[in-house]
Amino acid sequence: MEKQILEILAENGRMSAEEIAVMLGASKTEIAEKIAELEKHKVIFGYKALIDWEQVDKENVSSLIELKVTPQMGEGFDQIANRIITEYPEVNSVSLISGGYDILVELEGKSMKEVALFVARKIAPMDCVLSTATHFVLKSYKKDGVVLANKPEDERRVISL
Amino acid sequence: MKRQFDPNDFLTKTAREIPPSGIRKFFDLAAEMEDAISLGVGEPDFVTPWHIRQAGIESLKKGHTYYTSNWGLFELRQEISRYMERKRGVHYDPADEILVTVGGSEALDLAIRALISPGDEVLIPEPCFVCYKPCVTLCGGVPVTIETKMEDQFKLTPELLRKSITPKTKLLVLTYPNNPTGAVMTKGDLERIIPIIEEHNLMVISDEIYGELTYSGEHTSITQFENMRDRTILINGFSKTYAMTGWRLGFTCAHRDIVSVMTKIHQFAIMSSPTTSQYSAIEALKNGDEDVAYMKKEYNYRRRYLVDALNKIGLDCFEPFGAFYVFPSIRSTKMTSVDFCEQLLMREKVAVIPGTAFGECGEGHIRISYAYSLDQLKAALERIEKFINNLSKNGDRG
Repeated sequence: MEKQILEILAENGRMSAEEIAVMLGASKTEIAEKIAELEKHKVIFGYKALIDWEQVDKENVSSLIELKVTPQMGEGFDQIANRIITEYPEVNSVSLISGGYDILVELEGKSMKEVALFVARKIAPMDCVLSTATHFVLKSYKKDGVVLANKPEDERRVISL
Repeated sequence: MKRQFDPNDFLTKTAREIPPSGIRKFFDLAAEMEDAISLGVGEPDFVTPWHIRQAGIESLKKGHTYYTSNWGLFELRQEISRYMERKRGVHYDPADEILVTVGGSEALDLAIRALISPGDEVLIPEPCFVCYKPCVTLCGGVPVTIETKMEDQFKLTPELLRKSITPKTKLLVLTYPNNPTGAVMTKGDLERIIPIIEEHNLMVISDEIYGELTYSGEHTSITQFENMRDRTILINGFSKTYAMTGWRLGFTCAHRDIVSVMTKIHQFAIMSSPTTSQYSAIEALKNGDEDVAYMKKEYNYRRRYLVDALNKIGLDCFEPFGAFYVFPSIRSTKMTSVDFCEQLLMREKVAVIPGTAFGECGEGHIRISYAYSLDQLKAALERIEKFINNLSKNGDRG
């Protein structure tokens, strides 16, 4: 039941407890309680809208910034990640990554220049940062599970028995 | 003297007099209506899962473009046999008890052609899908409809069955889970009618095309009853289960003497079912269980949502446990099914199907398909609610 609730909310965060209750054949109270519990334990840690910022601001860009860093004694990578989060709240996500580099920062900016300057002035000069590579998203085809480009039309006939 | 050519002189009376499918006028109206929301489609909204499509593509790449055996690829028949074993616990020999057909529709036509002589009576519980009657008529048989009722959740009850049987009755067509009502026949329901079938020595065609889409536990097939297996021609297919309507592939399982005669007709009419589709179907049966589970879960969400929403806006809806349709009553509006559907289409641009398209006893009902996303269903339901509210405001309803 819990998993199903989460799947439904992951698909559409605006589903009400009542609607979910109907879909799962459960009572509204039961679902509301389960959701409250999931929120309390931070299994559900927020609700957001999916926004196509490009429609609001044509110049808006999404970027992925790879960082190679020197892990700090005792604290490993956590301290670096925490510093970025604390000092630069504008970043969207910070993750520790396996493979060719260590940390991936995701950032939305008003323009490519703004993002580039952010990296050059703020991230690159940090003591522990050895090197950076900034990638700009040119086009999103699918984002957060939603297909954005070339959505197929319903080819079915209007009516069939 | 030369006679003026008239094609109608050449068409048989039987063929000419088959009534056109349901409600032509309404269909044309709906087809022309732009930006209408349709809840009128009888096929899944899902695209065939990619790995199944890919198996078809691979078979083409390898050049598998020839006829297959008349019966269908042996490997596919083996998979069908395993599926029947795995899902229903019934054994059919892949060598001569399974035939791969062009959709469930062809299997049905073959079965009726193999069984029905002029004058034979065929029992058809209605409301039901539209092809059974014409197929019987084309063989000179006599379709005898049994009107199932909402009070009985549109099940075939022993009483209804018993009073429709005459000395000429030869065959009973069972179509559960049912299109358009969504009704199912449980193990207990079947147990109650089987003694009557045996008593009167009837054959059964069981069209279980929606079998996998059962939301109240596992589907029970009448073939699972030991004494019914040989008395039954089972019809199933890939269209609804795996979202493969356009591939046109179905199958039938029955006693070998029956399958061999059906195969003879199939061989002369069709030769063999589409080869590409058969390769895809092997993949579907081998690795498609998860896809089916996913689609079924989604349908079930929508089903519950729709039943609840319809009851809330005052369209009485019995709970359908199969297929992807709900069949609410519109009696509270005092309109006929066709009127209701035409008005709903004209005023609110929502297309649903009049119950009468599925037999006269469908009057007072409409069929709503939930082979649509929840968002689409919600949008349509808002319009239907508005429509109903306006009816009561304008005093259209009694």
